[in-house]
Amino acid sequence: MIDPVPYKPEEEGVWPPTLFPPYTSTVKRAPRQPLVYIPQTLSEVTGPVYGHSKLAVDDHDLTKHHKGEPLGERIIVTGRVLGDDGCPVPNTLVEIWQCNAAGRYRHHGDQHDAPLDPNFSGGGRVLTDAQGNYKFITIKPGAYPWRNHQNAWRPAHIHFSLFGPAFVTRLVTQMFFPGDPLLALDPIMMSVPDPVARDRMICKFDIGLTKPEWALGYRHDIVLRGRNATPMEH
Amino acid sequence: MSKQTPSQTVGPFFHLDLPFEGGDVLVTANTKGERILLEGRVVDGDGEPLNDALIEIWQANAEGRYDHPEDAQEKQIDPEFHGWGRCPTSQDGVYRFQTVRPGPVPGPGNTLQAPHINVIVFARGMLRHLTTRVYFEGEALNADDPILARVTDTKRRETLIAKKQNGGSAVYRFDIVLQGANETVFFAA
Repeated sequence: MIDPVPYKPEEEGVWPPTLFPPYTSTVKRAPRQPLVYIPQTLSEVTGPVYGHSKLAVDDHDLTKHHKGEPLGERIIVTGRVLGDDGCPVPNTLVEIWQCNAAGRYRHHGDQHDAPLDPNFSGGGRVLTDAQGNYKFITIKPGAYPWRNHQNAWRPAHIHFSLFGPAFVTRLVTQMFFPGDPLLALDPIMMSVPDPVARDRMICKFDIGLTKPEWALGYRHDIVLRGRNATPMEH
Repeated sequence: MSKQTPSQTVGPFFHLDLPFEGGDVLVTANTKGERILLEGRVVDGDGEPLNDALIEIWQANAEGRYDHPEDAQEKQIDPEFHGWGRCPTSQDGVYRFQTVRPGPVPGPGNTLQAPHINVIVFARGMLRHLTTRVYFEGEALNADDPILARVTDTKRRETLIAKKQNGGSAVYRFDIVLQGANETVFFAA
């Protein structure tokens, strides 16, 4: 059996450490032993390519999940899912979740004193097309306080979950908005060592993507681990 | 060339989207192989259970074949088994999957990997997900598994072995200890 062609390693400075004390929840949850490096076997280069379920027509449009329109600023979020070899990742499941325009999640664990929106649940999913493109329609999430430290606020963000083609390409990340003064104060975003890599989590406003009289448009590409061109010797 | 997008925590509110009905059941009535229940508790460095973790598993079928285009083995795909599951932990930090015991799959070179289930752990407080593997107590192939061999500390290697529980059907227990004395071995590839 020929050994599988491995995916490229995690880029230096891009992946946050497991332990990052300014984000206090890492302190009791980060392993203290180093990760054990293993070769990529068939178990690592395969993965659940097609996700879990058939998608409904409006799964990607979070403004259509209830009878009425949600409150807030309607936005279009679109982009491509790529490998860091530059190849698009087609037919991969993209899942998102977010709070409403007031900064409140529809979740029993969210006790923030901001109103729920009866017309907004905050979850969506879509498959990328043959060129790796995805598109969501939603409302711009609000900022909200959390108890990480004195006067801590999360910048507005949308959570993204992606699979890619393999077990080692799995990625959960967050998308932030340009110009947000809370970004530099956010220990979750700042846990990423390389400032240039941090910027890759900020979407770009694109007037060309806005739909006149209807919604603002943001572009956001997401780059997963891609493949080495040549097989590695063991 | 494109550059990688960083990982960020799944946070405490992923229940809005990620868990789904039946995510913890990988089998149908017609799936081939030995039915097993894989269960365990996820705990932090104080031994406190995590009620906000999300566990995903990925595994080969009973013959040892992944339902994926890159698995070129001559073994058969089981149309009644994909091999992927997702389960949020309960208030007590417990996850549970109904699946089958996977068959062995090829390893590096001409080695054979013992039956194992690939595991991803997501949670608030984890800026990047952790990966580990479930092996099975009493499996003869464990002795020659090339990945288990990478864990030279035999006490730590034990954290990767699911323990068979007493009872009628095959129940395997695999606790995930994020930190501390019995810390689970986590991998990077």
